[in-house]
Amino acid sequence: MSDKLSNKTALVIIGGGPAGMGAALAAHAAGERDILILERGGALGGILQQCIHSGFGVHRFGEELTGPEYAHRDAARVAALHIPVRLNTMVTAIDPDKTVHAVNPTDGAFTVQANAVILAMGCRERPMGALGIAGDRPAGIFTAGTAQKYVNTKGCMPGREVVILGSGDIGLIMARRMTLEGATVKAVCELLPYSGGLARNIQQCLRDFDIPLLLSHTVTRVHRDRAGGRLSGVSITEVDADRRPIPGTEGEIPCDTLLLSCGLIPENELTQLAGIPLDSSTGGAAVDQDRMTAVPGIFACGNVLHVHDLVDYVSEEAAIAGRAAVAYLTAGADAAGSDRPAVEIRCEGGVRYTVPQRLSAAKDVTLYFRVDKVYRNAAVSVYDGDRLLASVKKVKMVPAEMERVSLKGEALKRLSGTTLVVKLEGRS
Amino acid sequence: MFDVAVVGAGVTGGMVARELTRQGLAVCLLEKESDVAMGASRANSGIVHAGYDALPGTLKATLNVRGAAMMEQVASELGVSFRRCGSLVVGFDEADRQTLRRLYERGLTNGVSGLELLSRQAVHDKEPNLTEEVCEALWVPTGAIICPYGLTIAAIGNAMDNGAELLTGFAVSALEKTPEGWQLQGADGRQVTARAVVNCAGLYADEVARMAGDHSFTIRARRGEYLMLDRACGGLVNHTVFMTPSERGKGVLVTPTAHGNLLVGPSSEDIDDKGDTATTAAGLAAVKSKASRSVRGIPFHRVITSFSGLRAVGSSGDFIINMPLPGFVNCAGIESPGLTAAPAIALYVAELLRAAGYPLSPRTDFVPVRRKNPIFRELTDDEKNRLIREDPRYGRVVCRCETVTEGELVAAIHQHPRPHDMDALKRRTRCGMGRCQGGFCTPLVQEILARETGIPEQAVTKSGRESYLYVGQTK
Amino acid sequence: MTETKTMTCILCPRGCELEVTLENGRFAAVKGNTCARGKGYAQDETTHPVRTLTTTVRMTNGGLLPVKTSKPLPKELLFRAMEEVNRLMAPADTEIGTVLLADLLGTGADVVATADGGGEA
Repeated sequence: MSDKLSNKTALVIIGGGPAGMGAALAAHAAGERDILILERGGALGGILQQCIHSGFGVHRFGEELTGPEYAHRDAARVAALHIPVRLNTMVTAIDPDKTVHAVNPTDGAFTVQANAVILAMGCRERPMGALGIAGDRPAGIFTAGTAQKYVNTKGCMPGREVVILGSGDIGLIMARRMTLEGATVKAVCELLPYSGGLARNIQQCLRDFDIPLLLSHTVTRVHRDRAGGRLSGVSITEVDADRRPIPGTEGEIPCDTLLLSCGLIPENELTQLAGIPLDSSTGGAAVDQDRMTAVPGIFACGNVLHVHDLVDYVSEEAAIAGRAAVAYLTAGADAAGSDRPAVEIRCEGGVRYTVPQRLSAAKDVTLYFRVDKVYRNAAVSVYDGDRLLASVKKVKMVPAEMERVSLKGEALKRLSGTTLVVKLEGRS
Repeated sequence: MFDVAVVGAGVTGGMVARELTRQGLAVCLLEKESDVAMGASRANSGIVHAGYDALPGTLKATLNVRGAAMMEQVASELGVSFRRCGSLVVGFDEADRQTLRRLYERGLTNGVSGLELLSRQAVHDKEPNLTEEVCEALWVPTGAIICPYGLTIAAIGNAMDNGAELLTGFAVSALEKTPEGWQLQGADGRQVTARAVVNCAGLYADEVARMAGDHSFTIRARRGEYLMLDRACGGLVNHTVFMTPSERGKGVLVTPTAHGNLLVGPSSEDIDDKGDTATTAAGLAAVKSKASRSVRGIPFHRVITSFSGLRAVGSSGDFIINMPLPGFVNCAGIESPGLTAAPAIALYVAELLRAAGYPLSPRTDFVPVRRKNPIFRELTDDEKNRLIREDPRYGRVVCRCETVTEGELVAAIHQHPRPHDMDALKRRTRCGMGRCQGGFCTPLVQEILARETGIPEQAVTKSGRESYLYVGQTK
Repeated sequence: MTETKTMTCILCPRGCELEVTLENGRFAAVKGNTCARGKGYAQDETTHPVRTLTTTVRMTNGGLLPVKTSKPLPKELLFRAMEEVNRLMAPADTEIGTVLLADLLGTGADVVATADGGGEA
């Protein structure tokens, strides 16, 4: 790895987690050598470093790895290939002309003029303040990921008597982790009538430890111990189908810790500074099949584009972006535009979003999508006008699990219009 | 023995401490919490009111207008951001129109300049995101916004740099008259003696007054709840948008903040429990619906935090600034426009003491300007690099949302008044006030705070007492 | 006596919902598994549930090293296993894959580092 920082680099990758590493490795395999990964932490790996549990890599490697092990596979290859990396480096802005502004203690504040940029900044957690829970502001309230960072990288216990709000995987994993390290997890509250996490995690994180899962419940208020200043308990309530509190179902759970697992938000402040339009359904950039955003030469992949459930698919997506970035660099900016008008993908009735949101080429493509509710025996179909292009039918589709439907390039060559509709059919 | 003991380190106590220090007195500032600005001073609208609202002839009116005239200069000396964005008091119907006219006249009487009544079209041109229901407005060009806890911290820091002392964790539990003045007893056993006492104890000013022997007033708590929205929403309105006021107060406002966020609130509810700083579902809902009457499209899904402030409402309805006993000055009932009036209140208190024979004499060596630490995100690249070359810690961004560097955190930790907990450091640096609300930076900040203060990491608290961040090690 | 139980297989993120038939309390058949491993899981779960343990170990430089057991442990030993593992101290230069403790609690499972310590010896 060269120690000297250049002010021009062909491909700059923002973020050194699985998305950034995956994109870098794919770009390298496609022949690009002038790459620079900018990572804000002290090591590559991103969020995987604190995900010490297993469940990663089953699809990609055929074996079940822990987060650090999965990260190590990519990080070791990045190092072996001498792909340039700058750690402890925070990107503060990206201009629409692909100038990247960054800062670190050794290089200072610097800019790099890139010919292509891959956004791989990941996501953040929805904080307490955004949940509208009434009460005071005591110590002892953490988002699940911050608590995970404390427990798994610092060896500190955020608390001893825990309530978890949100039954997504991070909350479930932390229920188990806190219990194993000696805390008492009193309940996991979930606003919806079904859990947002994997079924296996309900078993191995909750049932295994007799931790109650309170579906259709939420926390309405937090209480502060006046003398000490820490959390002393939470008020919970059952909610109806419209998520409104049901009078008479209020309860109190004494606790000193509240962990919040209430949603992940793609971290797109830099994306917006670059003038890239976002898709309000995903919270990430709107992209084409190559994961290129509306700004030619700026690509996005991983959780910054849409929140993934499995890191294996993050790596898959990162590879698409990495290869596409190299194709873009090779073809040059003038060749970026296709002579075919872009095809917009519109979601209807039950399909919350697709990635990509548009197509700029008639080649084989996989559309990733999520549904907005639980559906049984339903199909998600892709239509060109009245013509059915593809369909995927499943016994059960849930919002928490990303699904996919593939389209053939041949079919895309003969479209009747410039819009494809992806919609839910035949549900029960 | 001190010349003056100021009880309460809010914006009033802070400004008083600074002014009396400037006037050559040895000042001790006593604060019961672990940090300054822990009461209403950190949980208010941050508005520098022009002065059209207060009844002419009241202390509120006089000191509001005087304070408003002083504030820009004070903010500049103390290095606090001040933005004269102007205010609009909007009306929805004929009754409001009448009230706006009365405010206009009152403003003129109070000496406010530039006031103008705007017709429907003119208001909407000035503020495109108002609702259709808005039919008229009072335009107040001199209205401004400021960071209220930033002002408090800076005023106290400046006073301390000039020799004033600050004692935190000092809850005054008794006051005893002595031949030279007063002895103040702390609940933890500490004692301070001073020739004079200035009672700036906010919600508890009536209790402190009673300790001295003055039973002439009471203080009630009036809760105001607020919603703070993401900085990306700060441009929804160009000016502070007020509703037409009622006897309950100035109503719910929608305003950009000095830091670029959007602030909505406050509600107004009298409560009995002076220690109840919790927000309520009903209060927050009321804020949303009232604000939505004035401004359309407020993106409530982009709320990043909510909080509640308790105003100290004095039983006389006006500021209670007097000297009922020898050497004992009350500065009580400082509800709105208290923040605006604070610099003028300080002068008024100084005058009370001078008139009573205390030896006030402006110091020639008083430095009114407080060193303003570099704010990394405001610097050019060249300035950033000069800074980083001197101190590489300015090259490590710790708070990603607000772009706050380790260098800034370290500088704030070592500047008066020194922070001892996470919230105190947050108020001085913005670190943790962004959209992720400390989700990313908290462990990093904790390490830095522990390292720089010598407080063991495990003993670092969120906001004093036993608000520990974590409870032990895993192994 | 025949009875059926439902359970979620935890061997991979798919989490297949299994329907297990028991004859006189003994495993007889399973439905719902997408792969052969699911059958093994159902058998184990009905007779002797096992779980892989992932946790962290202190390093000599004060840092934390993530670890896992090389194979699943009897479920009832999890907390005792945590106590054992919490007593370990790993060298700061430990490499990923290193066995930190062999044959944990006599189960035949090793405690294995899942990351490089990253520090110096």
